[in-house]
Order: sequence, then structure tokens, then C-alpha cells
Amino acid sequence: MTRLNVNPTRMELKKLKARLKTAQRGHKLLKDKTDEMVRRFSAIVRETKRLRDETERDVENVLRRFSLARGLMKRADIELAFSIPSVSVDLDCSTKSIMNVEVPKFTLSERGSAAELPYSYVDVTSEADYAVILAGQALAKLIRLAELEKTTMMLAEEIDKSKRRVNALEYVMIPNIEETIRYISMKLDENERSGLTRLMKVKDMIAERNG
Amino acid sequence: MKGKTAIIGDGDSVLAFRAVGMDAYGADHPEKARNLLKKLAKTYHIILITDVLAKEIDDTLAQYASAAYPVIIPVPSGSGGNGYGDAVLRRACEKALGVDILSRGDKKDH
Repeated sequence: MTRLNVNPTRMELKKLKARLKTAQRGHKLLKDKTDEMVRRFSAIVRETKRLRDETERDVENVLRRFSLARGLMKRADIELAFSIPSVSVDLDCSTKSIMNVEVPKFTLSERGSAAELPYSYVDVTSEADYAVILAGQALAKLIRLAELEKTTMMLAEEIDKSKRRVNALEYVMIPNIEETIRYISMKLDENERSGLTRLMKVKDMIAERNG
Repeated sequence: MKGKTAIIGDGDSVLAFRAVGMDAYGADHPEKARNLLKKLAKTYHIILITDVLAKEIDDTLAQYASAAYPVIIPVPSGSGGNGYGDAVLRRACEKALGVDILSRGDKKDH
């Protein structure tokens, strides 16, 4: 490990010891944080996966049915029927904090019955109606999936970051400081010893001159 | 805060989602989807994008990963999913845990 570039003085030693304490404490805290995040992450990721599989089936179903329905109608007709969206998704967005990571939180307001279709029945085939009703049912799941999936992504990134920090502290910063502390204390001991021998030598010389 | 949702699809079938209140956009080309996404990301909170397109513009999607909004999620297209959504999850898993616990779980199931 490399030694930090500091002067071997008592002052520096004291400073370094304080830094070492902080680093060790920080390391412990960060490690605990990472462990907890990993624990939560593994729960969330499983849930996300389950929901994704479910939602993917639903969405695929909607789109397939709808493209079948579209085949039965004239392109212009269908564009016309769907061009004016009379309903809108009533969605409330906020953020919540998981282990200090700001993740999105959506609340979908209850809509009227899903059977209310926003177009005239005359223009549109019943196949398309099915697709639209299914889409309405998939919506809540999709929004929950959006929330969960983003949480997964953001937690993953945060875990990655704090793992890096833990490793940097554990394998670089703390050993470096320890090495430097060792170096300084050895240097100080060495100085003390050389001072002592010098004194003894001087004492001998004075004793010799006087005697 | 009121949220807005949009769907970007590679065909007209995304129109079905317009009937439930989402804004549907079509993009027949990945580049077009990329530009569209950049524009929509400023105003929408949830953007669904069919995975055929998502796979091609993976790098652009990655830019939006670190902020809470917008949330961009891949959905399969009418002809079936291409596994992009799963791949994204698996990647996140590997990044966070170092191992892919999802596919291991799968193997246990079968």
C-alpha cells in the first residue's frame, strides 16, 4: 500500500488517527447500508420480475387483439374513432424514499367502469372493444410495473455506487492511513531513540572532560 | 403532481392504449423513436415503448435510468416480446448483486 505524503510529526499522527476513526466508522455504516439495500433489492426485483411476466402477457394480448381488430376496419375509420381521446389517465406522481434513494411513486385514481368506451359503437368492431377493455385492465398493472421497475433500476445503481465506496474505503483508504500511521510512529520512535543516544553520548563526553 | 403517460409503438396497435387515456405515438424507425423519446421525456412521466424499438435505442434509455422521472419501460409488441424487458431486469440484478438471481430462480422452477 502506498504511504500518504505527509510530514512525520505528532500533529499529523493525531490528525491521521482521527481520520482513520472516521473512515472506519464510515465504512461500517456504508456496509450496513449496502447490505440493507441488497436485502430490499432482492425482494423488489423478484416482485418486479413476476409483475413484468404478468404484464407482458397482458400487453401482448391487448396489442395482438387490437391489430386483429384493425385488420377488420378501414384505416381511416379507426384513426378517426381513436383520434379524440375523451378519457385521460388520472395519475398522481410523487416520490418516496427507499434508503435515501428518491424513487417514483404513482397513484392511479379509480376510474369509472372499464366498460365505458370512448368512441361510438357504430364505428368500431367488438374485437377492438375487447382490446380496449383489456388495455384498461392492464393499465393499473403497467403503472405499478413502471414504479417497481424504476425502483429496481435506481436501487441497482445506488447499490453499485455504495459498493464502490465501501471497497474504496476498505481496500484503499483505510490501509493507506494505517500504513502512514505506522510509518509516522516508527519515525517518531526512531527520533526519540536517536535523541536519547545523543544525550547519553553528550553526558559521556562531559563526564570525560570533567573527570 | 399530475402524471402524463405515453406509449411509443412500432405499429398502429398502440392506438388501443389511446382509448384508455394514454397518448399514443407511432415510430416506424428506431431513430425516429429516439428523437420522439427525447421530446416526450420532458413532458411525460411514464413512457411505454415497445421492446423492438427499445432494444435499438438502449443507449438513450440508459440516460434516463438515474433520475426518478421519466419512467421509461419496455412492453412487448403485438407479435410477442423479444426479451428486452427481462434483459434489463437481469442486467440491473447483476449490477447490484453480482449474480443473476432471476434466471437461477427460473432454473429451479423448471
